[in-house]
Amino acid sequence: MVKTLEGSHAIAEVVVNCEAEVLACYPITPSTHIAEKLQKFYADGKIPEYITVEQEFSAISALAGASAAGARTFTTTSSQGVALMHEVLYATAGMRLPIVMCVANRSLNSPLGIWCDHQDIMPERDSGWIILMCESNQEAVDTLPQAYKIAESLLLPVMVCIDGFYLTHAVEQIDIPQKEIIQKFLPKFKPEFKLDSENPVTLGIYSTPEFLQDFREDIAKDVDNSREPIKKTEEEFSKIIGRKYGNGLIENYKCDDAERVIIAMSSFCGNIKEAIDELREKGEKVGLLRIKSFRPFPYEDVRKIIEGKKHIGVFDRATTLGGYPPLYTDVLASVYDSKLAKKVSISSFIGGIGGKDVTVEDAKNIFKSLKNKKIKREFV
Amino acid sequence: MVEFKREWDIFTSGHTACAGCGAALAIRTIMRAIGKDCIVVNTTSCSEIFSACFPRSAWKVPYIHVTFENGASVASGVSRALKAQGNNHTKVVVIAGDGGTADIGFGALSGSWERNEDILYIMYNNGAYENTGIQRSSQTPLYAWTTTSQIGKEIRGKQEPIKPMVKIAAAHGIPYAASASAGYLLDLENKVKKALNIQGSRFIDVLSPCVPGWKYDPQLTVEVAKLAVETGLWKLNEIENGDIQNEKITVQPNFKPVEDYLKLQGRFKHLTPDEIKYIQARVNKDWKR
Ligand SMILES: Cc1ncc(C[n+]2csc(CCOP(=O)(O)OP(=O)(O)O)c2C)c(N)n1
Ligand code: SF4
Repeated sequence: MVKTLEGSHAIAEVVVNCEAEVLACYPITPSTHIAEKLQKFYADGKIPEYITVEQEFSAISALAGASAAGARTFTTTSSQGVALMHEVLYATAGMRLPIVMCVANRSLNSPLGIWCDHQDIMPERDSGWIILMCESNQEAVDTLPQAYKIAESLLLPVMVCIDGFYLTHAVEQIDIPQKEIIQKFLPKFKPEFKLDSENPVTLGIYSTPEFLQDFREDIAKDVDNSREPIKKTEEEFSKIIGRKYGNGLIENYKCDDAERVIIAMSSFCGNIKEAIDELREKGEKVGLLRIKSFRPFPYEDVRKIIEGKKHIGVFDRATTLGGYPPLYTDVLASVYDSKLAKKVSISSFIGGIGGKDVTVEDAKNIFKSLKNKKIKREFV
Repeated sequence: MVEFKREWDIFTSGHTACAGCGAALAIRTIMRAIGKDCIVVNTTSCSEIFSACFPRSAWKVPYIHVTFENGASVASGVSRALKAQGNNHTKVVVIAGDGGTADIGFGALSGSWERNEDILYIMYNNGAYENTGIQRSSQTPLYAWTTTSQIGKEIRGKQEPIKPMVKIAAAHGIPYAASASAGYLLDLENKVKKALNIQGSRFIDVLSPCVPGWKYDPQLTVEVAKLAVETGLWKLNEIENGDIQNEKITVQPNFKPVEDYLKLQGRFKHLTPDEIKYIQARVNKDWKR
């Protein structure tokens, strides 16, 4: 059903349509409107349980309990809220609890700001959560049902990320997947193990060095093996809704014959696409490789696209202080095991930090600076 | 004499608590009173380590541990999930140490009380972070030695009295708040059973002696736990619906001198006669004697 509404409200509607049963949220701009709208749905009886927790640490903890007891769960937060959840994010992944969370990406203090960048999720990239980065609100509402399917079939928690303000607060036309459509695609959540007094299990145990690494190896394998299921899920859902976002892991925008390619994530990709269309009219061979699945990282797909290209520019909306930025290091890792590394120059651009606008013009400038072979590392 | 039946045990033997652990004794009694239709939420603590170390578990009921400071929140989620599933019989019980409850987990606990979540929260109170090697908590008694309330030239032991958790719980207006002791198992059992049949947030603070932390002979666990009550240092009470004026005392102390309790424990062995006098005066004032 096509509606004109705010991105955050669209997210809330899909959460209801996905039949989430236990929610626990705490306000923080820019994710707050999602939580508020869901509270209204709860008040209207459209959501079974909504816990108005006293902080984000408790939000994710409550969902750990609810998910372990067999409920479909949801929460949403940004920035400091993600940081406060940190300890439990690792625990929930390790415990294989299929929680789904929407992160409205935003910078981390200090300086304190409320605007968009991707710094908040970077400390969580090693947690075992699957991290899906959406370019648009439409993609986000189409990704949420997939997130539940991926989470519940693989027993891994999933983060669906949207750029704070650029998407959360944008009012636009969005086609919202309806409950009947989602029901066809997403089966009821029936975990094999759950907290049930008829069949007692012990969850969240302590482990000695004798076994602990085995647990980590298990989950590492499962996160690695989640790439194919993520692709399949995108394939399956795209057939139902008639909209497709790359292969579920990446989107290839005019890369095939391109000489210069920008690799980036999320809403800035819209501007990069516009720049590409303009530059291509002038005969420039440029393209965009959009990373949708930041975790698991699509090393193979990235390597295949980089093959044959001359210049790659990686755009990070986050910094790694005292090191190379996160997306850039992953791209470098994608080409390291081949002879490719020698044939291509891969430059690093950091921008859009704390809500600094990155425009079509900025994208064009990146393409321009990619023309010569010198490898750049600069703030846009 | 009451017959002891192993098959009653839901928290089973074979766990790795120290000989004479007051917490293990209290938990066994509590779990017997609760029965099988429950879900236990535990926090990182001695009780987690001694009961749920892979690949063994001492729990015959469903059990979950997530972190040190989120017992009340995890339990909130479990309780709401049961509600969403239409399950109105399974009891949600938190078993947590005093550190995980009164200190690092206090915000989460206070939040759960404010929302009056349907949870029976049991704090076994051994008066320190025992699992990490006897560090002070807000529940460590005045002047007690711990590894972070050392006896020095300037400062001698913990300088602050215990944070009064039952009063704080009652101040939230929750339906039931009580204090119990591992030395009075029948009183503890009665309180657990009473709390089980109440809806909403229920809190029981159970004094649970710790052999290495309190430094006493392991065979004296029950005696130490009893003396705390008899001297009036530890009050066995109940407060319903936040009605602090009508606090009910469930076991009257006979006011043995506090010294009888203190002298059994190495954590108080540095106390001067003046310090003991001061503790006695506080007890007298508390009981208006
Ligand atoms: C965030 C965090 N900080 C510190 C610890 C280390 N730690 C584990 S258990 C514990 C103390 C537990 O004390 P308490 O709750 O009183 O239980 P007890 O060990 O006395 O049974 C501490 C400090 C931790 N697990 N998590
Ligand atoms: S250290 Fe204390 S609380 Fe921990 S198991 Fe031993 S006696 Fe029990």
